[in-house]
Amino acid sequence: MAERKIRILLAKPGLDGHDRGAKVLARCFRDAGFEVIYTGCHQTPEQIAAAAIQEDVDVVGLSCLSGAHNYLFPQVVQLLKGEGADDIMVIGGGIIPEQDMQALYDAGLKSIFTPGATLDSLVKWINTNVTPRA
Amino acid sequence: MITEDLVKKSSGLRQKWEDEVKKIVAKHSDQKENWTTVSDLGIKRIYGPEDIKDMDFERDIAYPGQYPYLRGCQPTGYRGKYWTFRMFSGMGTAVETNKRWHYLLATGQTGLSTAFDFPTLMGYDTDSPKAKGECGKVGVAIDTIEDFRDLIQGIPLDKITTSMTINPPATILWAMYIACAQQQGIPLNKIGGTIQNDMLKEFIAQKTFMCPPEPSVKLISDTIEFGTKYVPKWNTVSISGYHIREAGSTAVQELAFTLRDGMEYVEDVIRRKGLQVDEFAPRLSFFFNAHIDFFEEIAKLRAARRIWSKAMRERYGAKDPRSLWMRFHTQTAGCSLTAQQPYNNVVRTAIEALAGVLGGTQSLHTNSLDEVLCLPSDHAVQIALRTQQIIAEETGVANTIDPLAGSYFVEALTNEMEEKAWEYIHKIDDMGGMVAAIEKGFPQLEISDASYKFQKQIDAQEKIMIGVNKYVQEDEQVDIPIVEIDDSIEAEQLKRLAEVKRKRDGRKVAETLKDIAVACKKGENVMPYCIEAVKNYATVQEICDVYREVYGEYRDPGIY
Repeated sequence: MAERKIRILLAKPGLDGHDRGAKVLARCFRDAGFEVIYTGCHQTPEQIAAAAIQEDVDVVGLSCLSGAHNYLFPQVVQLLKGEGADDIMVIGGGIIPEQDMQALYDAGLKSIFTPGATLDSLVKWINTNVTPRA
Repeated sequence: MITEDLVKKSSGLRQKWEDEVKKIVAKHSDQKENWTTVSDLGIKRIYGPEDIKDMDFERDIAYPGQYPYLRGCQPTGYRGKYWTFRMFSGMGTAVETNKRWHYLLATGQTGLSTAFDFPTLMGYDTDSPKAKGECGKVGVAIDTIEDFRDLIQGIPLDKITTSMTINPPATILWAMYIACAQQQGIPLNKIGGTIQNDMLKEFIAQKTFMCPPEPSVKLISDTIEFGTKYVPKWNTVSISGYHIREAGSTAVQELAFTLRDGMEYVEDVIRRKGLQVDEFAPRLSFFFNAHIDFFEEIAKLRAARRIWSKAMRERYGAKDPRSLWMRFHTQTAGCSLTAQQPYNNVVRTAIEALAGVLGGTQSLHTNSLDEVLCLPSDHAVQIALRTQQIIAEETGVANTIDPLAGSYFVEALTNEMEEKAWEYIHKIDDMGGMVAAIEKGFPQLEISDASYKFQKQIDAQEKIMIGVNKYVQEDEQVDIPIVEIDDSIEAEQLKRLAEVKRKRDGRKVAETLKDIAVACKKGENVMPYCIEAVKNYATVQEICDVYREVYGEYRDPGIY
């Protein structure tokens, strides 16, 4: 049987509309052979958590440039946990100041990517750190 | 302009030069095979008379203030007046933003420009669950006219023009401005400013939308009609390529999609409102990006003026020269700035600003070096403003008008940008216009293609970003101060909103909202009803909820 592909949900939480990065990543991950679901902009944390569970994804990638990441990212982690889906890994990206990072890691984010990260490095990170869930 | 004789002579000389080049290249090959602009237009080793041999001076170039306005709309360029130095600002509460405005005016800025926070941009109040965590973060939070009054405290509305970067709720914020002017006894023909109010680019690029494209365009036509009749000095739309470019488009796509959006508005006003094109076209304004590829940007801005004047004359029969003038604001490219080695951003911004000036912009915003990390600090915004002042008053580039005209390279590049933009414009015409093209996802996909390609070029070092993929400083510590918007702002704003809601006459609010709903359903102009509603303290979201109810809500199809 063929190995199950890694499934990624890319989501834009909150009201931020800067979706260039999320869309570039959606294409990049698709080209890298992952299964990609992109939510589009303006998703609430509840919608994102529900979609992640419903789509049975292995990892959720959150992108935010509005400065609301401190509230929105941990919220998604919490909601997944509340649904017993804490085996879904959550990573984040966007304009995330250095001084906010530790708190986000403490809240359960597995990695945070900021401007300048190469596409290759992201694909590599996913391949190294994510195994498709059974 | 270029005679056959000259082309003949030049061809001979060129042949000789090319033979020389061949010899040299055989010994020392070029640094790379393909030379392209940042948006991938091919660039030749050299340009000469033969590259612009079909140009006609009178038809294609002429002088400033002469059709096709390639060299500028005003005959005297910057000699009479520099461009407007218009820095964008807005953060936290209205009171704080007002403080920044006064600081900027004292620093020598000549016009104001406001950024709103995401809840305001999307038509939600601070007390909406959707607004949580966003209040005041990327701009000022405005819920009611009470906030708006704080925002404009001490600003003479009849002397200073204000630009408001607002789109779906543009009718409402403009209504607040108008209501404040009326309450201060200033006649509406004395106030001037700009509302961005360009919804089509929201679907294409910026994604702060509310209702579907068709009714969104209707609301814009309402403002254009109202402005034409009652607020004649107001720019009721700023047709914006800036965000299209920031979303990853090429320069040609920015040019084509922006101008085609403008044409869509012109067509809608003529069709829906029955106005003559010359009645309203003089107040249409534009907003472009100035990216880092110097000549490509200059060519883009020059081509923009020529395309617009041709479109207005040939497609819509405009006769008033002011209808043919493309007046535009420019902002340096946020997406060209790097979080790495952020002081380099000062240099990037200076070059981009210079391109804007040589392209003939009428208003300019220079980005601050820290904007890739946070909202600009006082110090960073001052350097950015000083950049413009140095360009204006020290460098001498504003001494003569359109100094690059006649350059073989610049004219050839200008022609090429124009041709390629028209190809896109005609393709969109064939689809049935911009609303139809957006519904098909056409511009969205074109931009996605371009941005993905660019990112791959960066990764492969085919395009260079200093500090990111070349001359990288390992273990770099970024040591610039970061402006943070405190979360306490949200609590403060919630308190203010609750207070306004408690004090106002709830019945009156409900009545005015009902009037807006009726106007929407009947297809009437909503502006008079919005002015009445905001005077009675209806909130931004309450009015937007009416729009969402009547027109429906647009959801991001997530095209990539």
